[in-house]
This record gives sequence, C-alpha cells and structure tokens, in this order.
Amino acid sequence: MQAGVKQKTTIPFWRDERILKILGQVVFIIGLLFAGSIIWKNMQAGLAKQGITLSFQFLKSIAGFDISEMLIEYTRESSYWQAYQVGLLNTLSVSIVGVIASTMLGVILGVSRLSTNFLINRLAAFYLELMRNLSLLVFLIFWYLGVFLKLPKVKEAIIWNGNIFLTNRGVGIPWGIPTASYPTFRLILLIGIILAVIVFFALRAYSKRTGKAPLTTLWTLLTFIIVAVIGWYVLPEKPLTLDVTRVEGLRITGGKILSPEFLALTSGLVLYTSAFIGEVVRSGIQSVSKGQVEAAHALGLSKFKTLRLIVFPQALRVIIPPLTSQYLNLIKNSSLAIAVGYPDVFYVSNTVLNQTGRAVEMISMVMLTYLIFSLITSILMNWYNAKIKLVER
Amino acid sequence: MAENTILPPLAERSGALRWLRKNLFGSWVDSILTVVGALIIFWVVKAVLVWVFTVAEWQVVTTNLRLFMVGQYPLEQVWRLWLALAFIMFLIGNSLAIWARKSYLITILLIAFPLLLALLPFGVEPRKWMIILTVVGVIGWLIGRAKPQALSRHVIIGWIICLPIFILLTRGFTPQEGFMPIVQTNVWGGLLLTFLLTIVGIIFSFPLGVLLALGRRSELPAIRITSVLYIELIRGVPLITLFFMAQLMLPLFLPTGVTIDRVLRAMVAVILFSAAYLAENVRGGLQAIPKGQFEAAQALGLSGFKTMYFIILPQALRLIIPILVGQFIGVFKDTSLVAIVGLFDLVGIAQTVLSQPEFLGLQREVYVFISLIYWVLSYGMSYLSQQLEIKLGVGKR
Repeated sequence: MQAGVKQKTTIPFWRDERILKILGQVVFIIGLLFAGSIIWKNMQAGLAKQGITLSFQFLKSIAGFDISEMLIEYTRESSYWQAYQVGLLNTLSVSIVGVIASTMLGVILGVSRLSTNFLINRLAAFYLELMRNLSLLVFLIFWYLGVFLKLPKVKEAIIWNGNIFLTNRGVGIPWGIPTASYPTFRLILLIGIILAVIVFFALRAYSKRTGKAPLTTLWTLLTFIIVAVIGWYVLPEKPLTLDVTRVEGLRITGGKILSPEFLALTSGLVLYTSAFIGEVVRSGIQSVSKGQVEAAHALGLSKFKTLRLIVFPQALRVIIPPLTSQYLNLIKNSSLAIAVGYPDVFYVSNTVLNQTGRAVEMISMVMLTYLIFSLITSILMNWYNAKIKLVER
Repeated sequence: MAENTILPPLAERSGALRWLRKNLFGSWVDSILTVVGALIIFWVVKAVLVWVFTVAEWQVVTTNLRLFMVGQYPLEQVWRLWLALAFIMFLIGNSLAIWARKSYLITILLIAFPLLLALLPFGVEPRKWMIILTVVGVIGWLIGRAKPQALSRHVIIGWIICLPIFILLTRGFTPQEGFMPIVQTNVWGGLLLTFLLTIVGIIFSFPLGVLLALGRRSELPAIRITSVLYIELIRGVPLITLFFMAQLMLPLFLPTGVTIDRVLRAMVAVILFSAAYLAENVRGGLQAIPKGQFEAAQALGLSGFKTMYFIILPQALRLIIPILVGQFIGVFKDTSLVAIVGLFDLVGIAQTVLSQPEFLGLQREVYVFISLIYWVLSYGMSYLSQQLEIKLGVGKR
C-alpha cells in the first residue's frame, strides 16, 4: 500500500513542473544568447566592412563644429566629449526649466478646470482639449518657425517696457552683472539657505510636538528672502548691476539673450506638457471625496485650511505617480530639440555621429543618457511618493 | 435618471441673470477672472479670425493637397487607395449596423465623413471617390442591417484581412506594365504613410505587448527579468532614438546582403516602442482581474495556457480598451517623428512643400493645416471611442 502510493508520486521528469520550468528558462536564455550572438557577429562584420571597430577613443578627438549655445567653455577645438557635455547641460537646463514651469502652469490649469466660474472652466477645458490632441513635433515646429522666427527683425524689434526686446534673433531681457561685492552676497545667500533649513526643521518639530500645522513652506521661503533682501541693502555696493539689452547694428547685445531655439523648445514643451499635468491635477483633486471637504467644514476649518490640510495632501497621493510619468515624458520629449535646432544632447550626438560615422557608440551613449535621466527622476519621485503616501496600519 | 430630484427654490431655478450671477460673477474675484477671461477670448479669437481670413495664403495647402494626403504616390495609381478605402468603408457600414445599431449620430457622422471632406477644395476625381465612399458605406450599413447575425462573422474576418488588403493594394503586385504595378515605399507619403505606420505599429505590437505583459508577471525569473529589462529600457528612452537606431543600427544587425527598406525600419521602431507601452497597459488590465478567476479556472482543471487564453486575457483586454484607444492616438501623433529621420510622412511632406521656392515663408499656413489634421483625427478617435464605450458598455460590466 505504502509502496504503491510512493510509486505514483514519482513523475517522469518531462512532466515534472519544477524541472520543466527550469528547462524552459534555460532554453529561453540560450535562445536569447544565440540571437544576441548572431546580431553581434553581424554587427562586427558590418563594422569591419566600414573599417571601424567599436571603441570610444574617438571622443577625444577634436570636434571641429560650433555649438550655438553652451553653459560651459566650448570651442571648435574642443573634443567630442566636451561637445557631448555641452549638449548634456543644455538638455538638463531645458528639462529643469520645463519641469518647473509646466508644473506651475499645469496646477493653474487643473484648478481652473474645476473652477465654478463658467468662463474660466470652459477656457481651461478648451486649452486642454486643444493641446492634448496635437502632435508635439508639429506643434514645436510651428511654434519655432511660425511664431519665434516670425518675430520682427532686430531693427524693428518689439520693445516692451523699454527693456524686453522681442526679435527673430532672440529675446533680450535685463540681467544682473556681478560686481565686486557679489562673492560676499553669495555667502549671505548661503547663510540664508542654512537659516531657512533650520527654520524648516524647527517648524516641523514644532508641528510634531503640538499637532498644529504651521505654514512651513511659506516661513522657510520667507526666511530666505528676508536674509537675501537684508544682505542686498547692507552691502556697501550692490552685488548685481542691471544690464539692459540694446540694439547694436544687426544684433542685440547685453542683458540676457534667450535664443529663439531655446525659447521655442522650452515654452513649446511647457505648453504641451502642462495640458497633461492639468488633467492629472484635476483628476487628483476630484479623487478626494466630497465627504472629506464637508467634514472639514463641519469641524470649522476655513476654506483655505480645508484645501491646505485636507484636500491637497490627499490629492497629492493620487497626483504624484502620473505626474512622474509626465516629467519623464517632458525630459524624453526634449530630444525633439533636433527639430528646432537647439543643441541638446541628442542633437549634438547626432552631429558627432554624422561626422564620425560612429552610429553604435553614439546611439548607445544617448540612450544611456536618457535612461539615467529617467532613472534619477523616477528615484526622486518615488522617494517623494513614499514620503507622502498613506500610512496604513 | 429616475431618482427623485429635489428642485431648488423657485427663486434660484431660472433666469439668465441668476445664471450669470452664479456662474460668472459670484464674487469680486470671480468677476475679475470673468472679465480677464472674456478679454483673452476676444483678443485670441479676433487675431485668429483676422489671420485665417485675411492674412493667411491658403493656396499653399490647396495646391499641395494631394501631396499631403499620399505624398509622391503616382497619380494614375491612386484609385487603388480609394478602392482600399471603399473596402474599409463597407466594413465600417457593416459593423455600425451590426454592433452599434442605436448610435445614429455616430453612424451618420462616420458614413457622411467622406461627403464632408468633399466640401474641401479637392479636385473632381477625389470628390467623385468621396461620394462613392459614402454610397459604399450606406450600402454596407443597409446590408448589415438586413442580416446582422449572419454577417457578423464575415465582418470580423473582413477586419482581419483588411490591413493585408490595404498594403497589397498600396504596394501592388505586378511588374511595371501590369494591372497593378509595384509602387516602391519611398514614394509612399503624407497621411497615407502616417496611417500605415500607426496601424502596422499598433497591430504588430499587440502580440508582442501581451507576451511582454505576461512575461513580466511570470514566475520564471529569466523570463520576468528579460521582460522587465526590455520594457523599462524602451520606456526610458525617447522614441526618436529608437527611430535612429532602426535607421542606422538595424542594417548593421542583419547579415550582409540583407537590406530592409526605410519605411519598414521605421515600422520596426514603432512596433518595438509601442509594445513596451502596451505591455504596461495590459499588465494594468491583468492586475485588475480578481484572483478568484485564476482559482476558479484552476479548479475547473484548465491548464495555465487555457486559463490565460480563455479566462484572463479576454477580461483583461476588455477592461483596457479605452486605454488602448488612447495609446493608438499616442502612436498616431508620435509617428510624426519619422520626418526627422527623413521619411515623408505628413511632417516630412510639409518640409518638402515649404522648400519649394514659391511657398517660402508660408510655415504658419502649412503647419496649422497639419496640426488641424492631427487634431481632428485624434479628437475624432477619442470622441468616437468614448461614445462607443458608453453605448456598448465596454470597460464595465
């Protein structure tokens, strides 16, 4: 009897699920490796025919092309690697400006979409529907060629308020030039930041101890601003002098000149992404049940406090995950800079690729760059999300 | 809607003034917002109208309409595209009669759409075809209405073979002198190319996406990790890098002597891209299926494959139909990037048109027109799918 049962439980290995599972995986991996090796061999053969071998040594050679916009030192004599860095920083600046601006515009749009004011509500809805159904590339090209390049020539520049210049060569805005006392001012700003951080943590500790909810962000910002303002007036010499744009022959100089490429790309991305963020914000706010608001009112909280303490924290939990993917989209979409000629990392890499013929290396580098960007953004947002998410029993 | 609604007091119920007060001038902040909003609307509408009717030179669009629609596709072969469209129109008529009997508005809109297009300044020949399309649609609808039950199977088969037929007709299959000479893909262009890229991309990414979604939920680590790596890799990079990879690196991966043409390479990129996003959507649908469904299937003695194929996937896919429509629209908008790698889709054609000396400086007109095409089609698709979802109760049950 005992022996009979034992005999039945031993299954032949080709029907044993555990063995089959392992076998399946082994076959799968072998197949994958096989396909990979074929691709690798083909690539080697193809590259050999072109007379190149895979290597990143070429990054050290002289680039020999100009880049119109840069945040670090770069000339024609710089290396390809430096050119790549210039592009990288340009992508970063577009992404950071874009993320901040589109969040602000998106929140405004999302709140407007829920406004009880009929006109504002409809206006926001119209904007959202308009932008969300456009093709971003087409919009960017239109925005660049049809709007920014159609601004008047330098000689007929639209001058707004005497110091903002709108021309087809760029937009000039007043900008501060550091003076001798600027380093001291920077030190004061640093002190301001440290003080603000101290205030932030003190208020948080106070809030934990007493259960009250002080306006932490507001006070933190205010501390910094007060220190900065005091520093500005205490110093014997103003740390920055205002430099206003002026017309010089066929170009504008002075102040800060924002190129039409940068402006078109950044503002185009912001206008497009903010529509999506607006929808995210709207659905987040709507996800907070009406009972919460009513309960808050019943407890005697003011309208503002209800928003700040009840609605907003709960909405944020719903908003953060989709907001993260919108940020990621914005960063990835900044690669469309190539369509408007803004030298971001993709555009510069493409130029390098065309000059050197190093397709495999450059495309891998660009992909890796964006992957790292995405990874960092995801990590930051996930950290924030973990911090604000509902603490359950 | 049969609930007892409590009517507000008589004083608050009606009156334009009351409506204004409640919705536009509730408080002084509201009033300011209303005035500012009204001013913005006034200025924008005025500027747009003035530009559209007095400044813009629309002949750049009207003279190049055929380029925008089909690119350099040979004029004497365009009838093949119309024929393919007629086939689709017939299927649309059929399907509407069978599955959306009561959606009269949608039916009329869809079937009369070619007629509406005929109002645009097309030539005589296209207009003739547009009228034919509507007639074919009406015939399809009438036939479908007569025998809905018997036909539904054939219509499904029709939809399945519709893409191969379309591509076969577009490409042709006889040598130059024959009845249907082959048209090389390098002259496919305009909206035709945009559509083909989108549809091929979505259809072929579908099986790959479902497999990846299943792979990501698999309990076998090798398969799970591969799927996760693939999905996250593709989702982490911009589509444009994939297009460049397909154009520049794909030829290297193939054995020497084997070449694939540029349109096909772009299609490969769209498929690879769309599959990763689709996989995440399908995974969302799979996660929404309660565990009881798996357990019940197992209790009935279904194998793992049968559980997936007959029980889980049909429910999961049904759940995510609205999301799939959204993704379809997304891919449709994103295919415009092929212009950057030198294909002549709508945007690529726009660039060629603008490089002709007689149309220099008319960027606004051309890109507004292109945007309008994208907008109308994207909005139309999302509107239709919303309406059909409501009518058919898709997505909830």
